[in-house]
Amino acid sequence: MEYINIFVKSIFIDNMVFAYFLGMCSYLAVSKTVNTAVGLGAAVVFVLSITVPVNFLIDSYLLKPGALSWLGEEYASIDLSFLSFIMFIAVIASMVQLVEMIVERFAPALYGALGIFLPLIAVNCAILGGSLFMQQKDFANVGESAVYGLGSGIGWLLAIVAIAAIREKIAYSHIPGPLKGLGITFIITGLMAIGFMSFSGIKL
Amino acid sequence: MAEGKEALFSKQNKALLSDPLNDNNPISVQVLGICSALAITVQLKPAVVMSLAVLFVVIASNVIVSLIRNLIPGRIRIIVQLLIVASLVILVDQVLKAYAYDVSKELSVFVGLIITNCIVMGRLEAFALANGPWKSFLDGVGNGAGYALILVLVAVFRELLGSGKLFGIEILGHKAKTLAESTGLYSLGYENNGFMLLSPMALITVGIIIWVQRSKNRKLIEQH
Repeated sequence: MEYINIFVKSIFIDNMVFAYFLGMCSYLAVSKTVNTAVGLGAAVVFVLSITVPVNFLIDSYLLKPGALSWLGEEYASIDLSFLSFIMFIAVIASMVQLVEMIVERFAPALYGALGIFLPLIAVNCAILGGSLFMQQKDFANVGESAVYGLGSGIGWLLAIVAIAAIREKIAYSHIPGPLKGLGITFIITGLMAIGFMSFSGIKL
Repeated sequence: MAEGKEALFSKQNKALLSDPLNDNNPISVQVLGICSALAITVQLKPAVVMSLAVLFVVIASNVIVSLIRNLIPGRIRIIVQLLIVASLVILVDQVLKAYAYDVSKELSVFVGLIITNCIVMGRLEAFALANGPWKSFLDGVGNGAGYALILVLVAVFRELLGSGKLFGIEILGHKAKTLAESTGLYSLGYENNGFMLLSPMALITVGIIIWVQRSKNRKLIEQH
């Protein structure tokens, strides 16, 4: 039950884009057509659901205050949490590189589709944000953090595909010149965020 | 200095400082660094602290990367840049925790997210890798200030309209339980627009700022 709760919450209530504005740069830059949006969204889901549990393990067995106690009594008082930013970003950057190589070797078709987006993902704020929120939320075990990563990724996918579809449609509308492109995208995202606010307070 | 013949503040170098404030603003034109720009603009104080933090990180990372730009192998440059930025951000985070703990609590994960702030990476990739340290320094100052400008502008609107305060000081008068006890605008029956404090309004405020900027500066208008 806890898993379903985290899953639904991370998709709809704590949506990466609408509630925390994470990954906005690529959200705005790569949302001109639905196809590319789906590609980038899938890559984000993929990378988030790998890096969040990996970073959870690193956080709880290496970085947290007292996390090193499995090494022996004298290590129990060590607090390495100030290293978490650099650890997380190193894990993310190397994971992205690894995923890129694996996908290139075993699924060339998928690589062709995702190719250009994979390197971009290392600097997508949603990925690092996922890990930092995971650290803040204090999940009980690695399963919960994996579900959280997957859910956040799906929430991001949902947001970028929705805005890409809207942008494809509004290409034919008469928008005041200065508002074209970026301006109207911001305002539409704002309206979508108001819509997503109606999910808040849902408890499963 | 690499460009010894050029004056320290030649026309070109001045443009590096002033361009990012309007014509080439990192947020409203280059579309970089929006991720963290929106979430922390409910109040002016965290917005100012965040701007200073980003300013420091952009300048320092620009200069460092520009100094070692000929030593970084092309294939792993992203990881090298990320590590440099991450170390600087750890520095900022520790300083904030030590000297401004309440603000650091408010900013929560967004200090860490400076690492992936697209302004930092974007300027490193687009500028510092190809230019000398002094120019990169100016570019860092300009872009950091352009970011700060939008951040402060959004925060002023949101805090003033949302809670009638700036920096936590009541600007529009004091709101008491009854109309008679209130002062300033509140005695006329004015109400705060609580909606401005919610996250969607940050997006809409930025949208409107972009609208105003582009109507003044028509060459920025997009064709599609």
